[in-house]
Amino acid sequence: MSFSTKISFKKIRNTAFLLLVGGILVESCKKDPQITDSGKATDETPVVFQIPQGWPTPFYQFDNNKLSNAGFELGRKLFFDPRLSRDNTVSCGSCHQPFAAFAQLDHPVSHGVDNLLGKRNSPALFNLNWHTSFFWDGGVNHIEAQPINPIQNPVEMDENLPDIITKLNADADYRAQFKNTFGDETINSQRIFKAICQFMGMLVSNNSKYDHYMRGEAGGSMTAQELSGLQIFKTNCASCHKEPLFTDFSFRNNGLMPTAVNDSGRAHITRDIADLYKFKVPSLRNLKYSAPYMHDGRFSKLDSVLAHYDHGIQPSPTLDPALQNGIHLSVQERADLLAFLNTLNDETFIKDPRFQEPKP
Amino acid sequence: MMRKMMLLSAAVLVLLSACHKKDDPKPSNPTTPTNTTGTMGFSFANKVGNQPVVLHTGVYQNANGDTYSINLYKYYISNIKLTSDNGTVFAEPNSYHLVNEELTSSKTFSISNVPSGNYTSVTFLIGVDSAANTSGANTGALDPQNGMYWAWNSGYIMAKLEGTSPQSTAPNNAITFHMGGFAGKNNVLKTVTLQLPTAATVSAAKTPVINLNSDAAQWFGTPNVINFAQLNTVTDAGLDAASISQNYKNMFSIDHVDNQ
Repeated sequence: MSFSTKISFKKIRNTAFLLLVGGILVESCKKDPQITDSGKATDETPVVFQIPQGWPTPFYQFDNNKLSNAGFELGRKLFFDPRLSRDNTVSCGSCHQPFAAFAQLDHPVSHGVDNLLGKRNSPALFNLNWHTSFFWDGGVNHIEAQPINPIQNPVEMDENLPDIITKLNADADYRAQFKNTFGDETINSQRIFKAICQFMGMLVSNNSKYDHYMRGEAGGSMTAQELSGLQIFKTNCASCHKEPLFTDFSFRNNGLMPTAVNDSGRAHITRDIADLYKFKVPSLRNLKYSAPYMHDGRFSKLDSVLAHYDHGIQPSPTLDPALQNGIHLSVQERADLLAFLNTLNDETFIKDPRFQEPKP
Repeated sequence: MMRKMMLLSAAVLVLLSACHKKDDPKPSNPTTPTNTTGTMGFSFANKVGNQPVVLHTGVYQNANGDTYSINLYKYYISNIKLTSDNGTVFAEPNSYHLVNEELTSSKTFSISNVPSGNYTSVTFLIGVDSAANTSGANTGALDPQNGMYWAWNSGYIMAKLEGTSPQSTAPNNAITFHMGGFAGKNNVLKTVTLQLPTAATVSAAKTPVINLNSDAAQWFGTPNVINFAQLNTVTDAGLDAASISQNYKNMFSIDHVDNQ
């Protein structure tokens, strides 16, 4: 499994020599103990972040966070380590499961420590380097500033940074991994966050049928129904769910009736009444794996989502202008649209061995 | 054969250099001969009016006549600039300092590699500049584990004052003021420029210390008088924090300069 997405044979031949030389260099530098977790990327293909063909420039390209196999593996280990929570029961991966495209399957909201429930649906995680804000309300402004939020949230992991650092320092494997990644054994919050971001930032999903179709590759031939669905999508959905990431990263009120939780959404961050009940537009990639849907996970089926846009939209002062009249599709159009959305599922991504929980 | 040997030795050189551990590529001042630079010291004394802050037990009165005590008092000083009598300005690189009343060592710090000269004014920011608020994971004074960071709404708490007041209607009569916000109308960042009463002379042999007072009473006084019965808790960016920052921008003064 290569880290780069698709490489031509010519390129492989050209880089083979370089890799050989690189291998010799790396070999000659071997001093530190090598990490031997199974499924590791170390010693194999170097971790490389590539901007998929035709995609915009990402906001985050690991500036000041040099991507390395050691860093990626450390980040993966931290991501799946429940020691990042107060009672050592909840990891990032608890609510962000690889098989659910890093959302949590069948959970409108997730359980934190002491079985406490949050109030928002755990979002799927992929293509995060293109995001300039995080969480449904966009309160976090940088991918490296993201992990601290669930770690400190009392209903999620409820842990503090000094305790985490104490726990990690007690583990010789971690000390070795921090040394391999950063040059010495020092464990601090900055290094923890940067390592987790090496893992999170590498979660790129760009191998759906739609992607193959756009790149004119094998496996990319769309059926007539899927192509019809693509046109319906372009007409009715694409202004907010903008290709190729299928979100424009904006905050919008899509007409959901507020529940008893009365989540004010974006307004919670901006304290601006004009942002009341607005939430970040989610990507439409990998919907097959990441149900339920919406910021509070209220819909378990895509049919229900389309029904909402057809006849469930609640008028309010902040309702998005594009949804004032709803989205009305015929039975056939809905079937076609669902067929198209199904082409956005990326089986390669969710099954990528690099992204699974490392074996102990 | 000879050519092969040369190639081989070249390869060995490449290998050796590939193993050379590089230092972190931190921006640093170009190395200058020691006789042209020196060190400037800073020392902060936290007061309420003319009384020193005594955590927990000191009792003070605000401009509204409310009595209060202070249990925690911390603030960031960043982007320190020193202006000399010939007009040149020295800016401390990576300039972030957290002053914490509880931690004596935090109340004094020094800046090295300051060009020799007679410095007549000092400029700094109360809080942390917007770049540091939007650049991801930081360390040192900016480490979020210092308790000066909002995780849910990214950004630093620029200054923090907690205590109690009998007039406060909050649980346990608490007063809680967490000042944050780095953009737009919620911006609490304040630039302070203070003239030194006597020039601070920096040289290789002399390390002057600028002694500053911070007057916590200013938080609640002028121009926006704070009444603890009405406003006792500020824990996010907004107009209340912006209003208090209008007050505390005047809290610093120069006590004196030690020329040693």
